[in-house]
Amino acid sequence: MSRIFSSLLIFALALYATAPDALFAASEGGHTESIEIDLQNKSVLQRGAKYFVNYCQGCHAATYMRYSRLAEDLEIVPKLMGQNLIFGEQEIGDTMNSAMSEQDGAAWFGNAPPDLTLIARSHGVDALYSYLKNFYLDPSRPLGVNNLMVPDVAMPHVLGALQGWQKPVYEKSKDANGERVISHLELVKPGILTPAEYDQMVRELVTFLAYVGEPALMSRARIGTWVILFLCVLLVLSYLLKKEYWKDVH
Amino acid sequence: MAKSSFMQWIDARLPVTENWEKHVAKYYAPANFNFWYYFGSFALLVLVIQLVSGIFLTMHYKPDAAQAFGSVEHIMRDVNWGWLIRYMHSTGASAFFVVVYLHMFRGLMYGSFKQPRELIWVIGMFIYLTLMAEAFFGYLLPWGQMSFWGAQVIVNLFSTVPIVGEDLALWIRGDFNVSDATLNRFFALHVALMPMVLIGLIVAHIAALHQVGSNNPEGVELKKNKTNKNVQPAGSVPFHPYYTVKDTFGATAFLILFCAVMFFAPEMGGYFLEHDNFIPADLLATPEHIAPLWYFTPYYSILRAVPNPFIGVVAMGAAVVILCFVPWLDRNPVKSIRYRSPLHKLNLALFVAAFLALGYLGMQPVSTLSTEISARLANVYFLFFAMLWIHSRPRGAVFSIGWFIALLVAVTLFDYVYRYSPDNLSLMATSWLIPVVYLTLMLLLPLVTSLGRDKPVPAQLNVRGVSA
Repeated sequence: MSRIFSSLLIFALALYATAPDALFAASEGGHTESIEIDLQNKSVLQRGAKYFVNYCQGCHAATYMRYSRLAEDLEIVPKLMGQNLIFGEQEIGDTMNSAMSEQDGAAWFGNAPPDLTLIARSHGVDALYSYLKNFYLDPSRPLGVNNLMVPDVAMPHVLGALQGWQKPVYEKSKDANGERVISHLELVKPGILTPAEYDQMVRELVTFLAYVGEPALMSRARIGTWVILFLCVLLVLSYLLKKEYWKDVH
Repeated sequence: MAKSSFMQWIDARLPVTENWEKHVAKYYAPANFNFWYYFGSFALLVLVIQLVSGIFLTMHYKPDAAQAFGSVEHIMRDVNWGWLIRYMHSTGASAFFVVVYLHMFRGLMYGSFKQPRELIWVIGMFIYLTLMAEAFFGYLLPWGQMSFWGAQVIVNLFSTVPIVGEDLALWIRGDFNVSDATLNRFFALHVALMPMVLIGLIVAHIAALHQVGSNNPEGVELKKNKTNKNVQPAGSVPFHPYYTVKDTFGATAFLILFCAVMFFAPEMGGYFLEHDNFIPADLLATPEHIAPLWYFTPYYSILRAVPNPFIGVVAMGAAVVILCFVPWLDRNPVKSIRYRSPLHKLNLALFVAAFLALGYLGMQPVSTLSTEISARLANVYFLFFAMLWIHSRPRGAVFSIGWFIALLVAVTLFDYVYRYSPDNLSLMATSWLIPVVYLTLMLLLPLVTSLGRDKPVPAQLNVRGVSA
């Protein structure tokens, strides 16, 4: 009986562990695409860092991330780091602050641009990737753009010149409220990058954000593998020890 | 073995050898402990993990509303191995509850709470309550959105108490909202008071256990030598070295699972570390969906199943407190589930299923249907305890039918007074079949079948231990 219970319990626990994550995905409007993140490729992360400081950091900070840690993890020589990735008066030991103050941000956009240090952890890389690819022209919005993933977002399409501009293509039928439904987006004005190049850029930027969200991510699985291997050896030894002691019982 | 002169000197001044023998080397435990008997030692291991990792976290954490969130990120980034210490502590919190729930389930399964072990169970329940408080206070400390809003919701539960409620909530928070004052006092309670209470209760839990001796999966007591307590009972082994080596093996297996979570999935898909908790606490932005961590969600479901907030809080509290009374509810002399009736096994299985299902529903956003199902699962949860009492011995037809009617009337009356609204009448009437079927199975079935009959229990423990 207890065996049936234990297998039932383990089954139930496994169900818990694998229960759908749908709850946590941002699912308003558009359709979230999933992407694979590879933190081992340093050049991808370096390019992601370049995009971040050039395109994002003007408005968004990464308050909990230090330039020095970035240089160390991404294998960037501090001198090069200072010349290319640290702008303004900041030093290499500083955290990655933004040029824009929160008060200004709030006054100019309605909301202060959020800190991006942990954005990949709170929203997930898939949501970030999909968000950055789903801006479209919408004359009804103050900045002329809207986003499928986060409707009526206050952020302008900063990467618009690179991606080009997309227009919505509508479904033939309307929804229950009589509103038009966007089926997909179509590139109407090409940007500096081809769609494939832009896709690659967004992937690299999101990979960088995943790293910034948790720098330990680069090493924890590697360390964990060794720890678990060690414990497996210990498991065999402790089992043999137990068997030796218990051989005269039962 | 001859004692060294050093140990003689010590023992003359401090009873080290005496206690070592009493609680370890000559503590005789039944030789037939199975898989389920690991969880007590795992709980002790997790306690140590939490205390040690907690001390290191305290060295770097700042209990200040303006700095708390940042200091956790400082630990994750700037402190050497800080991420490991933090994940150890957050994984340990969930692991503590996994282990304690399984430990409690073991007690229910083998009747470890029954005479003469009632106090072990009651002290254990106090440990569980303290652990819940400890986890609740600790969860505020990272000062993320879920920390903040979770605390806001839980503290507001106290404001549902009639008359004094608002003042009570104010007194707990120390402010009109969860704020810096709340964070500071929760920190004090989390790192000082609660761990102290916890350790004291655990010492009492083990002292009570060693006073009466351990139960075992057969539920048959070891035959004690009446004249000399120090003689080893048949079917037993000394705790050391037999269970020390066995628990070492178990602990290693446990640590493999623990490390797998800690190194490869510390967020556990949002169940151990919620995604919204990576956003700093913001009084002005209420998250769309506030859910406590998984180990509180069964009770959270019960709370949400009752529309009247105060009655909901009472129901939630009762769901926890009723567990303390199990030793006096289940008075069946047969301890182990191995010799209990098929219906008792079904009852326990349904109770576990209801608890898990309530836990799952507690994580989901509310809907009319999920609220209704939660209410019915809560019926099963509470009726389980009534059945424990009724199944204490064979019952006659009048008694069973009488209780069948009485309990069904109680469930229906509760529905009518606290949950009825014209909109949910048909749903409620349909789901009413759940308690009806449950009570029919548990109370009427034994009258016409032998499914309610317990099996004969062996007179003595048929396991071979080792003699000293």
